Amino acid sequence: MDAIILQILNGLDKGSAYALIALGLTLIFGTLGVVNFAHGALFMIGAFCAVTLSRILSASHEVLVEGKTDFLGNPLKEDVPYVYDWFGESAGAAIIDWSVPLSILFAIPVMILVGVIMERGLIKHFYKRPHADQILVTFGLAIVLQEVIKYYFGANPIPTAAPEAFKGSFDFGAMIGLDPNTIIYPYWRLIYFCFAAIVIGCVFAFLQFTTFGMVVRAGMADRETVGLLGIDIDKRFTIMFGIAAAVAGLAGVMYVPINPPNYHMGMDFLVLSFVVVVVGGMGSLGGAVLAGFLLGILESFASMREVIDLIPGINQVIIYLVAIIVLLTRPRGLMGRKGVMEE
Amino acid sequence: MLGLNKQDTTILLVVAALTIFAPFILNPFPVDSAMAQFNAGYPDLMQRFVIFGIFAIGFNILFGLTGYLSFGHAAFLGIGSYSAVWMFKLLSMNVIPAIILAVIMSGLFAVVIGYVSLRRSGIYFSILTLAFAMMMFALAYSVLTPITGGETGLQLALDDPRILGISATPEGNIPTPSLFGVEMRASTTVPVGAWEFTFNFGYYFCALIMLVAFYLSVRIFRSPFGLTLRAIKSNQQRLNYTGVNPKPYTLAAFVISGMYAGLAGALMASMDPLAGAERMFWTQSGEVVLMTILGGVGTLFGPVLGAGMIKYMENIISKINSDILHSWFAFLPDGLEDLIVAIIYPFIGKGWHLTLGLIFMLVVIFLPGGLVEGGQRVRSWMKNRGKSKEETSQTPAE
Repeated sequence: MDAIILQILNGLDKGSAYALIALGLTLIFGTLGVVNFAHGALFMIGAFCAVTLSRILSASHEVLVEGKTDFLGNPLKEDVPYVYDWFGESAGAAIIDWSVPLSILFAIPVMILVGVIMERGLIKHFYKRPHADQILVTFGLAIVLQEVIKYYFGANPIPTAAPEAFKGSFDFGAMIGLDPNTIIYPYWRLIYFCFAAIVIGCVFAFLQFTTFGMVVRAGMADRETVGLLGIDIDKRFTIMFGIAAAVAGLAGVMYVPINPPNYHMGMDFLVLSFVVVVVGGMGSLGGAVLAGFLLGILESFASMREVIDLIPGINQVIIYLVAIIVLLTRPRGLMGRKGVMEE
Repeated sequence: MLGLNKQDTTILLVVAALTIFAPFILNPFPVDSAMAQFNAGYPDLMQRFVIFGIFAIGFNILFGLTGYLSFGHAAFLGIGSYSAVWMFKLLSMNVIPAIILAVIMSGLFAVVIGYVSLRRSGIYFSILTLAFAMMMFALAYSVLTPITGGETGLQLALDDPRILGISATPEGNIPTPSLFGVEMRASTTVPVGAWEFTFNFGYYFCALIMLVAFYLSVRIFRSPFGLTLRAIKSNQQRLNYTGVNPKPYTLAAFVISGMYAGLAGALMASMDPLAGAERMFWTQSGEVVLMTILGGVGTLFGPVLGAGMIKYMENIISKINSDILHSWFAFLPDGLEDLIVAIIYPFIGKGWHLTLGLIFMLVVIFLPGGLVEGGQRVRSWMKNRGKSKEETSQTPAE
């Protein structure tokens, strides 16, 4: 029992990342009909937003320390971050400590901007081109974005810590009435899951309960008619692209403490997220989220020692295996709609 | 000639001439000159040109003719390499059995993967092939270590059986791959004045195979089979209505292109007898897509051109460093020199992928037909310009 719960919990954080990226991919595909291979790069850019903000916040200047000398006898200098000067020492330290959650506020406008520029500048010209061309041009864009990040941030992973309050683990087993010390779970992963759930909830609520969302949904169902009703659907779809980019970016920001970001993390996640989208059903938002969590949890179950002993190597291939089986038995994916991508 | 029409014969002869004279063409700069680093006429790089040429020609048979975009073609490259190295380990260092086994094995895998993947089309097909390739990569990297050598890759050893050959040379070394006794790495260097040209047996062996592969692909392009494949690309539904079942045709194309990839993998292993799982990674599949698109998808000459371009850039651009840039722009005033070097610097050396990505994007956006289409456009533009000049020159005469 506890082992099962533990594996479900372990699968949740990766599953959350898959679900968020797959949600963004599906939003873009459902609205604009574009297969965006650069979506993993957006995830990565989000992660590097967090790195950038934490670097900006830690920017410091040298201050002479009165009455102290270093070992050479020169006056001792100390690096003091600018935020200490502006907000006082304790508040400044708190701001630096909380740089990753603060990056959310920084990343949302940046990512929406990146998304809108991408859509207006490049993808707009590819609506009428075949899907293969869309895949290829976004694939090229992904390479370019990845290399630009590599140029500025280097090839090595950059560790960026979570706030002090959320470091370490807690005893999840004891909380739900099991024996203590059976399920130890890091705080940040639980936060990541909750955060993902909130973001997903917000996106669905936005689409379901606002006029803007209603128009977008109508546009997804029948773009032409909505256009004929005098609504500038292109503009709204552009904004949806920005939102999808922001969702991927937020997934990246919060993933930073779990896995130090490097320039190719986007591509690593992209391949799996595409599998997730296809398993969930192209164009189905619910399917993307469901398949994201499902595959994340399946992956963590497959990494259990007992399972690996039974079928060696299963943890490496389980997602692809599931994708192949699903595609062959349910060609539209778990929740795919009829008539989407069935040429 | 050889059952080709005049135009195709010309293309074949051009490719043949380019490959045969590659050691001269790729070495235009004298050895001691500052430009010598742009010489690409050394065996290792020339071998890669033709091997990746074969890979891209095969990929083009699938993607160029049927329009099915496979994102997992590197799997067959890896299978070819592994099979070839196993042949070197077990049978002999002769490359012929290694190549034969590699082509058969990759063909068999292609039948299975193709049969399953081709049940879907479009993006689903891309994802399925990608999934298969990544699965094989993951397995080769971990569980299948006894067969694939895992992280270190599959290497030859002194105690390999090699039933028909020798386990070790009299000097106690591992024998090198050869063709009936002629070693692949055998090469002669001919100095001509300030130039130096290297002729490598392995390169000419690969080049010969590439020419055969290219000839076969021309024949496939011009055959009724090729025509059916094109029909699948342009309108599969209409083909269905005319009573043709496209499945066997696409599967045949998939298997053929898989076998080409296996052949390329075997040649890679013949030039350098080791095989690693990274050859199956999806970036490798992406690379062959880039090559084909860059050169011109669906054209005969395009994939070869694209493969050559990318491998040339990979080797030459990545060698340039900031010192070389400074020496190039040394004639400029200091401030301007630094500025230009600073602008160019991100695109060279380690940043060559950035250059590649940008060029690739530009090609997809503006030249969907690749460099071949670019060449055609330039030619027709020249023709038109010539014509309009004649017209304008005629007007005042009237």
